[in-house]
Amino acid sequence: MNNQWLVLFFLVGALFVGLVLILANLIAPRSFNPQKFEPYECGIPTQGVTWLQFNVGYYMFAILFLVFDVETVLVFPWAVVMKEVGMVAFIEILIFFFILGLGLLYAWKKHALIWE
Amino acid sequence: MLTSFGIINYLSAQSGPWWRVFYDFTSLTKNIDAGLHNAMSPFWTTVTEMVIVGILFLLFYAVIGLFLVYAERKVCAFIQNRLGPNRLGPFGIFQTVADLIKLLFKELIPIKNADHFLFNLAPYIVIIVNFMVLAAIPYALGLHAVDLNIGIFYVIAVSSMSVIGVLLAGWSSNSKYSLLGAMRSGAQIVSYELSVGLALATVVILAGSMQLSVIVEGQRTGWFIFKGHIPAVIAFVIYIIAGTAETNRGPFDLAEAESELTAGYHTEYSGIKFAFFYLAEFINMFIVASIAATIFLGGWMPLHFGADNGFNRIMDFIPPVIWFFAKTFFLIWVIMLFKWTFPRLRIDQLLTLEWKYLLPINIVNLLIMAFIVLMGWHF
Repeated sequence: MNNQWLVLFFLVGALFVGLVLILANLIAPRSFNPQKFEPYECGIPTQGVTWLQFNVGYYMFAILFLVFDVETVLVFPWAVVMKEVGMVAFIEILIFFFILGLGLLYAWKKHALIWE
Repeated sequence: MLTSFGIINYLSAQSGPWWRVFYDFTSLTKNIDAGLHNAMSPFWTTVTEMVIVGILFLLFYAVIGLFLVYAERKVCAFIQNRLGPNRLGPFGIFQTVADLIKLLFKELIPIKNADHFLFNLAPYIVIIVNFMVLAAIPYALGLHAVDLNIGIFYVIAVSSMSVIGVLLAGWSSNSKYSLLGAMRSGAQIVSYELSVGLALATVVILAGSMQLSVIVEGQRTGWFIFKGHIPAVIAFVIYIIAGTAETNRGPFDLAEAESELTAGYHTEYSGIKFAFFYLAEFINMFIVASIAATIFLGGWMPLHFGADNGFNRIMDFIPPVIWFFAKTFFLIWVIMLFKWTFPRLRIDQLLTLEWKYLLPINIVNLLIMAFIVLMGWHF
């Protein structure tokens, strides 16, 4: 089959969720109660706004992830042609990972990999 | 008219017994295609095929999802020395079906002040991602919906999209538990994405292709986990660990740590919308296990050693489709055992494991594998 068939699977997923939701909306009961639509928080009404700024602590990891994920994108094409290109490809990837490893070591030494 | 439909033609024209079809689906699908082309115009042929494939995948999705939920409960019961579901049907196999029907009849509660558009969009993203990944997996010889030349890469890229659904679900439901759960889950999936990518790249070096059918075909003389010596085994272990983490399961289920965050990102979802997230989680587990089976354990390829000998021929008697599902369900069983064996990790332990252990090991492992392939030391 052609690659265009992936559109079909997109549609199947969307139709599946959509149709089941329509069905559920048709057969599910409905009742009204002012307390019912409150978001859950220990059983008491929620305090303050939910969408506030807070320190997620993942910021450093997010930046590091960006670097290493782009690296993965570069590694895959290299991995495919590795057998054919041979020694040159191997030495190139050594240099590539050496620079990346220095980056990881730097982050490590700067305590960027410690959760606080 | 009816006889021109491929399956009847095919089965009557078949020289061997009818079950020969389980060994090779290629001629069956080709015959169905040709039969449909005989019966109607090319446009309607395509439409009919799309409907058939769509319905088949829907059924497959539902059956696998329901079965995995049942299996999870049974494995959990087995570990905890209980019986598990045993009332509805033989061994309680209809329990999850009953649960699904129950969830269908539950009210869908619109949360006050929630971002309703994103709140409703999140289940769509999670399920669509599942379907699009399932399309690219080779289930048996000839049972392969879309054979992309960048197969593995596509699987990694699309499956990492599901984090968007998780983040949307957590952010839009106007609940602090959901928000915290989504943030944790996002960071975790994003971190372990690296290990998954690099572990699979290790095998891509060995296979020399990203196309899943070529990778499976390359394991005709032995699975890659045996062909690649120690580096392949290390890559396999890393992939299983990272895959477990990526599905938010096992010891890595911080995102829905029920003692801390109620249910994580789907706290506010009720009824069938909750079921979508639950189903998607289990299908994600299936996807992780099936990719591991395809890349490392040969996919539908029977256990082969060497080019052509008696052992290989004996193994060929078991149909490929059974090989594929046996390997996949074995790995799923292993992943389930993780969940009930290890205590939950803390968030700093989780990130330490990824960044200080798995990632450096993975990079060194990749280089060793490249060296082995370069020297031609693999089988």
